[in-house]
Amino acid sequence: MRAAAERMVGPGLEARKAIARLVARDIPEGWHVNLGIGIPTLISDLVPAGREVLFQSENGILGMGPAPDDETPDPWLVNAGKQNVTLLPGASLFDHTLSFTMIRGGHIDLCVLGALEVADNGDLANWSTSAADTAPAVGGAMDLAVGARRIWVAMDHTTKQGASKLVSACSYPLTAAGVVKRVYTNLAVLDVTPRGFEVRELLDGVDFDAVQARTDAKLHRAGVAA
Amino acid sequence: MINKQVARAAEALADVRDGSTILVGGFGQIGHPMALIDGLIEQGARDLVIVCNNAGVGTSGLPRLMKLGRVAKIICSYPRTAAVFTELYAAGKLELEITPQGTLAERIRAAGAGIGGFYTRTSAGTLLAAGKETREIDGVAYVFEKPLKGDVAIIEAWEGDRWGNLTYRGSGQNFNPVMATAAALTVAQVQRVVELGAIDPEDVVTPSIFVDRVVEIPYEPPYPAISY
Repeated sequence: MRAAAERMVGPGLEARKAIARLVARDIPEGWHVNLGIGIPTLISDLVPAGREVLFQSENGILGMGPAPDDETPDPWLVNAGKQNVTLLPGASLFDHTLSFTMIRGGHIDLCVLGALEVADNGDLANWSTSAADTAPAVGGAMDLAVGARRIWVAMDHTTKQGASKLVSACSYPLTAAGVVKRVYTNLAVLDVTPRGFEVRELLDGVDFDAVQARTDAKLHRAGVAA
Repeated sequence: MINKQVARAAEALADVRDGSTILVGGFGQIGHPMALIDGLIEQGARDLVIVCNNAGVGTSGLPRLMKLGRVAKIICSYPRTAAVFTELYAAGKLELEITPQGTLAERIRAAGAGIGGFYTRTSAGTLLAAGKETREIDGVAYVFEKPLKGDVAIIEAWEGDRWGNLTYRGSGQNFNPVMATAAALTVAQVQRVVELGAIDPEDVVTPSIFVDRVVEIPYEPPYPAISY
């Protein structure tokens, strides 16, 4: 099943795992965390050993454990990506109204989502590629985006065609306005601040100018006045 | 003696009328009442409004009901799970109302709890808020959402008794307990019917008051598909 989770993420698995590993590194013990589909799905298996983090799945699980052995999955237990999962000792199961009480009510410390675009004012676009989408599908993204206490995005820095996914204004329909606090990409970790994107960390072998060259929004150096 | 157990799915759904709004439990295939959907197909009602988180998976269950032209509209959060949905929607043969997942659950909860609607931050400032009443509360934008009531709810549970008390297994609760509260007629498909009193009262998730009919459908997952 872990292999199935990895297949859903698509090509470039190692690069995507590297992004997920950075996010996992930064999640403190005791947080309640919801993970979106895509790169975020990889995060739960990469939390450093011994650190207790409670993963919530919007279909009614708190305390999700690692993927099961391929031999013996419980067919009645799936995550939001419809993959079989396990429960940790201390886990709980509940219905959708209680699950979204946790989500909308500000009880989830962190939600990590994938995105089509993130703007430097924190606007998030991750559910629809146009107003005339042939079959729009939102799932729980809009509830999570406004309800979780923090929204971090984990995504490739650019599209497959090389277009920047960090922008000065989203061109795709918004999931929520002004909600993203941090972005993890294959080039850098960036905070969304009142002055825009601030580069918090550069990945190995990447310099500030290289990230700026691939970003359609002005970047700021952390701790350096504009 | 009260006995809500009915032998067959189609029999439990015999009085479903054309044009009914049907709340259908489940998240993907888990807690999704496939036998009752097959019963609905056998029963024959048309022009149905289907309320379900997804538009079914593969070619059996909801996709088969859609393929047979029996669904007029679907209200869901994530329909992109069945090819037949995408085809019918693109051809203009199926109306779609996209509702964020938590808003979908809460609209159903409102209907079941006698609440006349609610304000939520979810979807504020997005395309899904278009045409809806908005209101600023303590400086934050909220969107008004109406209750969503069913004529019929079809749900899947784990154990049931002749009064209609229900338990669930794994992640199988999802939309089922709330949908049970929000329809004029609630029909539950269960893995097994047990003696009255066999379910510990502390383990009952859906109290019997919300359930009208119980059909026993034991199976080893996945549910055997009847594809189109």
